[in-house]
Amino acid sequence: MTTTTATTATVTKAVGKPGAGKTVALFATCANDVMFPQTPVAVVKLLERLGCKVEFPEEQTCCGQIFTNTGYYDEAVGSVKNFLKAFEPYRYIVGPSGSCVGSVRHQHEMLARRAAGDAVANRVAAVAARTYDISEFLIDVLGVTDVGAYFPHKVTYHPTCHSQRVAHVGDRPYQLLKAVRGLTLLDLPDANTCCGFGGTFSLKNPDVSVTMAGDKARNVASTGAEYLVAGDNLCLLNIGGVLHRTNAGITPIHIAEILAHTEGDE
Amino acid sequence: MTIQTEHRLTPAPPPGEYIDSPRFQIGAKKGLANTQQRANLKHATTTIRNKRARVVAELDNWQDLRTAGEQIKTRVGRHLDEYLVQFEENFTKAGGHVHWARDADEANRIIVGLIAATGQNEVVKVKSMVTQEIDMNEALEEAGIAAWETDLAELIVQLGHDRPSHIVVPALHRNRAEVREIFVEEMGRYGRPAPEGLDDAPVNLAGASRQHLREKFMRAQVSTSGANFLIAETGSLVVVESEGNGRMCLTLPQTLISVVGIEKILPTFDDFEVFMQLLPRSSTGERMNPYTSVWTGASPEGDGPQNVHVVLVDNGRTNVLSDPLGRAALRCIRCSACLNICPVYERVGGHAYGSVYPGPIGAILNPQLRGTASVIDRSLPYASSLCGACNDVCPVRIPIADLLVHERHKVVEAKKADPPHIPHTLEPQLIDAAAWVMNDHRRLALAGRGTALGSAVLDLIGVHGFGAIPGPLGRWTGARDVPALPEMSFRQWWKKNRGDQK
Repeated sequence: MTTTTATTATVTKAVGKPGAGKTVALFATCANDVMFPQTPVAVVKLLERLGCKVEFPEEQTCCGQIFTNTGYYDEAVGSVKNFLKAFEPYRYIVGPSGSCVGSVRHQHEMLARRAAGDAVANRVAAVAARTYDISEFLIDVLGVTDVGAYFPHKVTYHPTCHSQRVAHVGDRPYQLLKAVRGLTLLDLPDANTCCGFGGTFSLKNPDVSVTMAGDKARNVASTGAEYLVAGDNLCLLNIGGVLHRTNAGITPIHIAEILAHTEGDE
Repeated sequence: MTIQTEHRLTPAPPPGEYIDSPRFQIGAKKGLANTQQRANLKHATTTIRNKRARVVAELDNWQDLRTAGEQIKTRVGRHLDEYLVQFEENFTKAGGHVHWARDADEANRIIVGLIAATGQNEVVKVKSMVTQEIDMNEALEEAGIAAWETDLAELIVQLGHDRPSHIVVPALHRNRAEVREIFVEEMGRYGRPAPEGLDDAPVNLAGASRQHLREKFMRAQVSTSGANFLIAETGSLVVVESEGNGRMCLTLPQTLISVVGIEKILPTFDDFEVFMQLLPRSSTGERMNPYTSVWTGASPEGDGPQNVHVVLVDNGRTNVLSDPLGRAALRCIRCSACLNICPVYERVGGHAYGSVYPGPIGAILNPQLRGTASVIDRSLPYASSLCGACNDVCPVRIPIADLLVHERHKVVEAKKADPPHIPHTLEPQLIDAAAWVMNDHRRLALAGRGTALGSAVLDLIGVHGFGAIPGPLGRWTGARDVPALPEMSFRQWWKKNRGDQK
């Protein structure tokens, strides 16, 4: 179902589609690039299906939050620079991660101001303001909630902390999931509680992190879902790791992969 | 109880100083393993935060109130010098005495001196965070003065030779069976014993403490308190409480010594209205707390304390104020909403934080008040997954998650400035290596190709995903499986499938 060997570029007739005339710069994020390529591939397929032209500026690397949030501000600057270089020419920058997008919007300006002064910081802030999580771009820019997806499974959705409290995506992911044909969305108990990932928190406080992940996994398992959906793959890696270790029979999946999935993929 | 209690007036707390606590991770592991405490914490924090959510939802102007609270406290920080002097003038005019203390030692010297001047050798205490912060009870004990906690939860902590684990509910980590045991065992050593056949019904436990404390209330000539607010305009102090023990301490003795952090100022009496809506809802989930006491100097009718003092304590607060970002932590009104919502606090409890201020607020406040020299203060900013739940409930809108990151940065800077003989983990080198990769997309592309190559090799030898891996990754894989590596990175996919595009 998740595929990394899609066909060659399909030049679709975009006329009349919500994305017609819109060029999107894909912010794949470093973790997705290296560990979860199926997610940015899904974003490409989804946005092209909706009529967008997708580009991938290759200078991009990382949002830098692994450095920033561990306290290494200077070490994050290179990532901010690359982000500016890669994305400044674009009107729409879209990434499949509330956390990485949230970091760009919430932290890049501060990092740029201390490293390079006001002029650069203002440019960085302007680019950050044009950076969207995929759920925001679909609903706010393209104006679609039904993206034509088909996913005949029971799923439950974990609203990741940074997608909710830094990127503020709100109920957009729920709106998108509810419009997917065949999909049954099950309520997740204590949905808003952190899964315990927290970037380097999971390494610096491994015991607390695992306890939180275990509690989250138990709540997920209690729903009876086949899939655990979220907008951030590293949170899914954390919860999914416990689900897999305990043979819970629940597969983690990024929301973009569900939205990209159609009858034709069955 | 194995703790030395002879030759002491009051129950001995656990040995050692807060500042010498081990790093957070060690205390956290201990807390996680304490099954009874885990159950108590989960029950208590869930109950309080649900109550809070209910009463907050009743107000359609809650967000406006939070903003007002934020702005008032921000103004206080900007003009603290003026408001404190204004308070001093007005409190003095009303017959009170104001003392200024730079740090804990100076505050304790002043307090001991004031009590010694009365010729008394005991005080009854209103629950107060700052007296815990400066370890006043132990300073008094050393001076031959017994300090009796009269707040029920603080009494449980004191009699239990324990330390508080929560700001509003210091004995949150204890359940009623444990409380009964402490009362039966300890009350008789320090005053009226627990009644014969005491069971663990809350009403009976409260009754036992009432009788135990009544004796002390009736006898005491001196009391100490903190204050939730100081009102500069009128020279008034405010104590917000639930049990009425505070009212007893504030009215019965002849001498009242209030120990207050300098950030507790509110400019005007009108400002107080905002905080009386914010504080009870945020702390105990009540629309209004049962007892609010306001006093201005000595009572002119001759009723109540006639010898009234305020000790204004800095103890690191002006250091906090000097940090333009960090100073937001001084807005804190000690409501504990951030503790009750915090998934880390709920699991590890308050003792792991090595301070009277636990939870998210403690994680940003302690390293600012005490500096980043100790292992506990260097670890506290990392005692959070940065989930940000605390930001949403803070009644004065302290951006706690941002301040955690800010404090982490200060810790990193401090580590970088350490002399070379101080041992560190490999973290800076690992971060440097990661930054080297992220500084150039070609290196990230190589990492992606390396991962894909690794995937192919593992595929050949039949490895699909990972279980427990020894070494540093064991911290992650000890409890979590890791999925198989992808066959190609996204960059490789893009080049192959969209290579003709940009």
